[in-house]
Amino acid sequence: MFKIVRKEEMSEGNVILNEIEAPLIAQKAKPGQFVILKANETGERIPLTMADTDPEKGTITVIYMVVGKSTALFKTLQVGDEYQDVIGPLGKPTHVEKVGTVVCVGGGTGIAVLHPITRAMKEAGNHVIAIIGARSKDLLILEDQMRAASSDLRVCTDDGSYGHHGFVTDVLKEVCEKEDVAQAVLIGPVPMMKFASLVTKEYNIPTLVSLNPIMVDGTGMCGGCRVTIGGKTKFACVDGPEFDGHQVDYDELMARLQAYCEQEKQCYEEFCTLEQA
Amino acid sequence: MAEEKEGKKKKTPRQSMPEQGPAVRAKNFDEVPFGYDEETAMLEASRCLQCKKPSCVEGCPVSVDIPAFIAKIKEGDFTGACRKLWERNALPAVCGRVCPQELQCEGKCIVGKKGDPVAIGNLERFAADWERHHGTGELPPIEEPTGKRVAVVGSGPSGLTVAGDLILKGHDVTVFEAFHLPGGVLIYGIPEFRLPKEIVGQEVNFLVRQGVNLETNQVVGRTVTIDELFEQGYDAVYLGVGAGLPRFLNIPGENLIGIYSANEYLTRSNLMKAYLFPKYDTPIIKGKNVVTLGAGNVAMDSARTALRLGAESSKIVYRRSRQEVPARSAEVHHAEEEGVEFHFLTNPVRFFGDEKNRLTGMECLQMELGEPDDSGRRRPLPIKGSEFKLECDLAIIAVGAGANPLLTQSTEGLKLNNWGYIITDPKTGKTSKKGVWAGGDIVTGAATVILAMGAGRQAADSIDDYLKWGW
Repeated sequence: MFKIVRKEEMSEGNVILNEIEAPLIAQKAKPGQFVILKANETGERIPLTMADTDPEKGTITVIYMVVGKSTALFKTLQVGDEYQDVIGPLGKPTHVEKVGTVVCVGGGTGIAVLHPITRAMKEAGNHVIAIIGARSKDLLILEDQMRAASSDLRVCTDDGSYGHHGFVTDVLKEVCEKEDVAQAVLIGPVPMMKFASLVTKEYNIPTLVSLNPIMVDGTGMCGGCRVTIGGKTKFACVDGPEFDGHQVDYDELMARLQAYCEQEKQCYEEFCTLEQA
Repeated sequence: MAEEKEGKKKKTPRQSMPEQGPAVRAKNFDEVPFGYDEETAMLEASRCLQCKKPSCVEGCPVSVDIPAFIAKIKEGDFTGACRKLWERNALPAVCGRVCPQELQCEGKCIVGKKGDPVAIGNLERFAADWERHHGTGELPPIEEPTGKRVAVVGSGPSGLTVAGDLILKGHDVTVFEAFHLPGGVLIYGIPEFRLPKEIVGQEVNFLVRQGVNLETNQVVGRTVTIDELFEQGYDAVYLGVGAGLPRFLNIPGENLIGIYSANEYLTRSNLMKAYLFPKYDTPIIKGKNVVTLGAGNVAMDSARTALRLGAESSKIVYRRSRQEVPARSAEVHHAEEEGVEFHFLTNPVRFFGDEKNRLTGMECLQMELGEPDDSGRRRPLPIKGSEFKLECDLAIIAVGAGANPLLTQSTEGLKLNNWGYIITDPKTGKTSKKGVWAGGDIVTGAATVILAMGAGRQAADSIDDYLKWGW
């Protein structure tokens, strides 16, 4: 069992942070790797890329958005409650090296995944420009942490309630234009990664994205997480989750993420009705 | 016996197990056969000739003393029968259900030369089930503790066999499992209607009661490496991680929604209990027109699962002919009875989808048999211009598995063959890395439960020797 030692609500209660006791995983995990969590006996296995680890304390941190039954169930877990199963660390760690200027772009809960990578890139001696975005100011997460982890932080909101009025892609284009960027890391909703990759491609900047397809085992056994990279099928769980952003078939990934939308809706509605009763 | 010699009285025919009718069972996940009652089991046991040199034992990969356990059943000593089984087989309730007996023990049975062989599998199942329901739960004797520690990686049939053998020899055994539940393919792969999960749970619990430690959610190679296991004080490591890398067809359209590897389809249904959705949270696509590609046991399990999940039609598409079907004949028979349609000499060419990327159908090609290929089977060759369309909203790819590289690539000093399987000494299961043994599908490629158990048995003997005498 894996006990929750800290819980925070962000983004109007829609985004939840859990710090969880998992000493074996905390010792091993590197930025970019993920865990699979299962709340209880009847629960689903949900992959989440780790937002932080504390090897000394023996904890890992995940940040997730409540989007369906499983994440709504996660949200009911309070400090002191336990996840029945946490498996990891899974996937390949981010390749971190000193390359010069790195731009790290994050959207939504993708910022949580981007945070440890940004920090590692800076610690490796890079000049790190971070660009984070949200629909509005109230939905933005981890601004202070991202400021500390980067050399230069830019913030955007879709509605202009804070920072630059517009998408991260606008700011990214500006940065690519002005700076000599050696590497880009883009993590967020699939459309954001798709369009941000188009920008970095224009400037021929090597680009990493972190993909979040539907998974079951996370060890390369089921092939449910297959994604098309440069025309070839790869398993995100073992070949990724990070891939060359210019090679990803984003449209296929977006479609595959909708595989269970009807079942998910049914499951979530039943759960919400039960919760209210 | 007298009956046989004189030929006057009628011979006792092979006793069949009562089972659920095809129409009923194709709609539920309950086990198909009900098993023998005591009377029928004793009657079937009386058909055994108690051969002095029993061929059946030669046919058994783990050399169960078959005449001895059958004699106990004949006497009505069912606990004694189960104890006899346990001497050589830690998982009799499983083997009685999933072994291909017609190719092994029953295939060699002398009674079978002139008629139907003794139903050894059914009797094994009976003895194990009887002990589970009525037994005292008394454990077999365990040797004095040796103080040696063994790590078993993977809790499938070969890993459990190694654990069961070595715990009896007094070693301290820990089994590491990547999933949240133990059992490997017995839990994620073989469906409830063929092997109830309660039975797997009880067989594992039997090992735990004997003192085997079980660590679930441990991905060896990621959470902990093999070298770290040695650093932690383990004296020997057995790798029984299974094949575990699904093969796809590599044809256009394979990433459409509605195309699963058999591994994914069966894992969702069996391990995650998606057949009970939404009581269980894991969803599964329930097709109306389902096509399963391949004709092994896994394909039969998939096609039969699809019927139980409400498919209107469930088809097996296989590029070779009926003669080459690799599944157990009992599985093919059960599938046909339930209404699974077989399309032999048919090869998938491409999949089609709609604007939402959901599968709508596939194109196939008719084949004919040519000269024998490397496997000795006649090579299927396409017939020109024979393309045709098959409507389907769910396709399950069950064309075998390859070697999962997650563990092998994170372990230095482990020699692999060209296909990524671990190279071992065929007699002992020793790998190229000192103190490390391997067996089952990660050595042989996808095979059967009992062959994996046989490999586990060999390795356990060799590990025991090593722990007592050295490498």
